[in-house]
Amino acid sequence: MLNRRENLRWWWAGVLLATVALLLLPQVVGLFTLLQVSVICILSLLGLSQGFMWGFIGILSFGQTAFFGLGGYTYAITALNTHATTTALVAAILLPALFAALVGYFMIFGRISDVYLGVITLVVTLILEKVMRATSGGQYVIGSVRLGGQNGIPTVPPLTVPWSANATLDLAGVFYLSVVCLVAIYVGLSLLLRSRFGRVMVGIRENEQRSELLGYDSRVYKLIVFVLAGAIAGLSGALYGVWGNFVSPEMFSLGQSAQILIWVIVGGRNTLLGPIVGCALVQYLTAALGTAAVGQVTVVLGAILMLAVVLFRQGLVPTLAHWSGQLWRAAWSWR
Amino acid sequence: MSGDVILETRDLERHFGGVRAVAGVNFRLRRGELRCLIGPNGAGKSTFFKMLTAQLRPTGGQILFNGRDVTRAEPHEISRLGVGIKNQVPSVFDGLSVREGLWLSAIVRHGPKPAETLVDELLQRLSLDAVADQLVGTLAHGQRQWVEFGMVMALQPSMILLDEPTAGMSVEEVHRTAALIREINKTTTMIVVEHDMQFIRDIASVVTVFHQGQILMEDTMANVQQNQRVRDVYLGTAADA
Repeated sequence: MLNRRENLRWWWAGVLLATVALLLLPQVVGLFTLLQVSVICILSLLGLSQGFMWGFIGILSFGQTAFFGLGGYTYAITALNTHATTTALVAAILLPALFAALVGYFMIFGRISDVYLGVITLVVTLILEKVMRATSGGQYVIGSVRLGGQNGIPTVPPLTVPWSANATLDLAGVFYLSVVCLVAIYVGLSLLLRSRFGRVMVGIRENEQRSELLGYDSRVYKLIVFVLAGAIAGLSGALYGVWGNFVSPEMFSLGQSAQILIWVIVGGRNTLLGPIVGCALVQYLTAALGTAAVGQVTVVLGAILMLAVVLFRQGLVPTLAHWSGQLWRAAWSWR
Repeated sequence: MSGDVILETRDLERHFGGVRAVAGVNFRLRRGELRCLIGPNGAGKSTFFKMLTAQLRPTGGQILFNGRDVTRAEPHEISRLGVGIKNQVPSVFDGLSVREGLWLSAIVRHGPKPAETLVDELLQRLSLDAVADQLVGTLAHGQRQWVEFGMVMALQPSMILLDEPTAGMSVEEVHRTAALIREINKTTTMIVVEHDMQFIRDIASVVTVFHQGQILMEDTMANVQQNQRVRDVYLGTAADA
């Protein structure tokens, strides 16, 4: 059997291999696939923010799209007004984090949890969506940028290279940036979960009352995680805006909120890899079914997802890990 | 308050709507003491414990721990002041291994290395070493009680509250628990809620009797058992009279 240190070594090797494989992708695939993989990486960040929060400290938020949308709009408005895209990207992380701190403080320190927290985050998202949809009039301007109501902001500027203001990121550049962001945040969160902070997080998920009776202020831990998840969702929103040169109220939508939960459920709630795999699978299936002209894409996709949930109760990644563990043990005992 | 009083409550009250679960309890406990609380079901013992550990807010009165008013403190603050509690229903981390659960408790006051040493010691002392890497949720009720015991001990608190520690334990486990409590009491103040009179005789010198949210009497176990009012309360004859 493998010990913890050996496990960690294999994990690092896996991460390195996957990163290298992803970074070599532009050499072997066309532009369309590159665009698809880019958006999967960007949306995986959103899934990761949900999975990290729900799977490891037990906060079920229906409102990650609030921070996703805020990130997108913050980037678009700041970049269009200042032409400083790096500053805009930083602002797109900080503003959603600040908003998450504000909303989170009142919910978490007000001891609102479980389904009530879910409802509040859902309502916040719906309010933001309604507000953004109602900004089509000429009077809704921030700086020189019209918010555009239903139509959103269609001219989101591309990212410029910080050390060379005239060089902008092309499609391959956005792809590399998305991969680097995804890998960095995946590794960062994994290391955080291995630390004392992460182990306390899991303790709070398992039994919040006992954690408090051991001396941990669960509210502080939950708030930190909520803010961190908000910041990651904000980054995802900004990159999404950069990727599509476009932000719209659709980013806050209920459909998008539900989809994040589906990614996490399909991939596996108590792993960080699960939300990434879930997101990639659902996005791939959506695109593949769309191009295969099966007709009712949503119905077919829904049936496949329901089947996946029935077959893999814990999600794909934990189930596959369990099966491969059994195989490994069988092979070990055979030897 | 005299220096050797570790815990004092003054007119402590907790109402649930019109029900007075705890109705004006004045309680004092000296440092190093092992006190047993007894009383029929619904007498207010568990509510009293929950208020002492901030799991429930009092509706009136005061709680003083080491002379400091902790009536409005949060549960984690009470724990950090040195109070540990083992609840009536084991409150443990079902999805974590026994070792991991004990580690989360030990790390509160110790660095990583001493915490691991303390966990190893406790696993051996509580005979949990064979199940150290098993999930707590897969253990039998008695073993889960020991795990919770271990988590409270790993905190190394100055006062431990045990709510029915022998519930669901075998006779042999009850004897082991009594021995363990006597040993812990050499360094730690304790309050134990129990119904098993033999067990109480084994461990306590002074017993406090709760009835209808109030303290009925406080005396040695021998005197308490001979008291007619206590017998009436337990056997229900007072209500019939």
